[in-house]
Amino acid sequence: MKDRYDVIVVGAGPGGSMTAKTAANAGLDVLLIEKRQQIGDPVRCAEGVNKVYLKEYIQPDPAWISAEVKGSKIYAPDGAMVEMSEKLAGAEVGYVLERKVFDRALVRDAALAGAEVMVKTRATGLLMEDGFVKGIKAQHMGEKYNIRSDIVVGADGVESKVGRWAGIDTTLKPKDISTCAQYIMTDIDIDTDFCEFYVGNKIAPLGYIWVFPKGNNMANVGIGITGHMSGEVRAKELLDDFVQKRYPGGKVIEFIVGGVPVCGTIERTVANGLMLVGDAARQSDPVTGGGIFNSMWAGDIAGKVAANAIKHSDVSAGFLQEYETKWRAGLGRDLDMSLVVKERFTRLTDDELNTLAHSLEGIDLGSVTLIGLLWALFKANKKLLWDLRSIFKGIKEIEMEASVEVNS
Amino acid sequence: MTVKVNRFKCGYCGACVGVCPPGALELIETWIEVDKTCTDCGICVRICPVGALEVQK
Repeated sequence: MKDRYDVIVVGAGPGGSMTAKTAANAGLDVLLIEKRQQIGDPVRCAEGVNKVYLKEYIQPDPAWISAEVKGSKIYAPDGAMVEMSEKLAGAEVGYVLERKVFDRALVRDAALAGAEVMVKTRATGLLMEDGFVKGIKAQHMGEKYNIRSDIVVGADGVESKVGRWAGIDTTLKPKDISTCAQYIMTDIDIDTDFCEFYVGNKIAPLGYIWVFPKGNNMANVGIGITGHMSGEVRAKELLDDFVQKRYPGGKVIEFIVGGVPVCGTIERTVANGLMLVGDAARQSDPVTGGGIFNSMWAGDIAGKVAANAIKHSDVSAGFLQEYETKWRAGLGRDLDMSLVVKERFTRLTDDELNTLAHSLEGIDLGSVTLIGLLWALFKANKKLLWDLRSIFKGIKEIEMEASVEVNS
Repeated sequence: MTVKVNRFKCGYCGACVGVCPPGALELIETWIEVDKTCTDCGICVRICPVGALEVQK
């Protein structure tokens, strides 16, 4: 470890690793720190990712692909099923990853690009001078260090402190976090071609249960519920109820808990000498909780903007605004739309969820886009989904119609 | 006034850290630490996926 770098990235998840890799590839002197002893462990999520998008950033490797799925099946409370092909569901599925191996592969890419990596190293604060972030206070093996840098990137996840230290309030309200529990289960009978989702206020209040195949009679079976529904009942208890009914003979070989930001976009993600990436920037999708690709995509932009800022010797919030503008242009609308959908869907009763599922009976959803699916639902249930009307603004009706009818 | 963490239940996921208004909680490798700024609000207790936290009066 040196005492000075161009960029310090805090957190070696997919977002942090991508930032470090891109910045290092651009010729910057980069330090990537991870507070845990191991990269990617414990795993942080359900491991589904869009394979088409992913290929832009990493060469697919069977070592970290647990399964490839054709699509998703969503089950309403009464068992009515809506099937979506990969193209539609693809925003979140395609590959089911082995995150431990995947996260490590991304860190390796960053290291091979020239970034220095330190594990078991925790940021405990920021070095601030004249309103600029000038590096981090860190702790490694019980020793304290001050490490200077022109830019700090906070990719420190749901529990992010980096933003707060720089004056950006990233605190999540209970309704803004999905509280999750998941098992890796084996010796169970699963459909290896589809990711399954179960919705309903009894089984998963304001959330859903997922079953993601991981090959060989294995699956990642988990639940996420919105934070303000937690307390009287908790994610783990609800997951246990589901598992006992659905997979009575199944065996649990791994247990993971976690929190996922589902708040939508926050006010700002840059400050003088600082950028936030991934869950730390609350870039995960409010409906699905998915954030692997979003984080990598934003991290790549952050790495490029860091290189540009250092080249121009300007790391002010004004210059780093380029990052903010770019990620919002690409992702902001999707996150805003998801938030509208989340706000509406989380107020639906089980009967209403059943009605929605039944309204799609006979409609071939072969390869609709997500907006096409929402349009189909909206058209059939205008009264119930009137709140969603704003998300269709600016999108030509014909486009949405066409996207539904492609395969019908 | 503080929250007590049952280390035998805690899955060290950091969800509680993300919701703590004063930022009193910190996930350090595999355990949660609570500092003196804890206001006893109980939000962390509520959102914990396993129920590992408890307000201690």
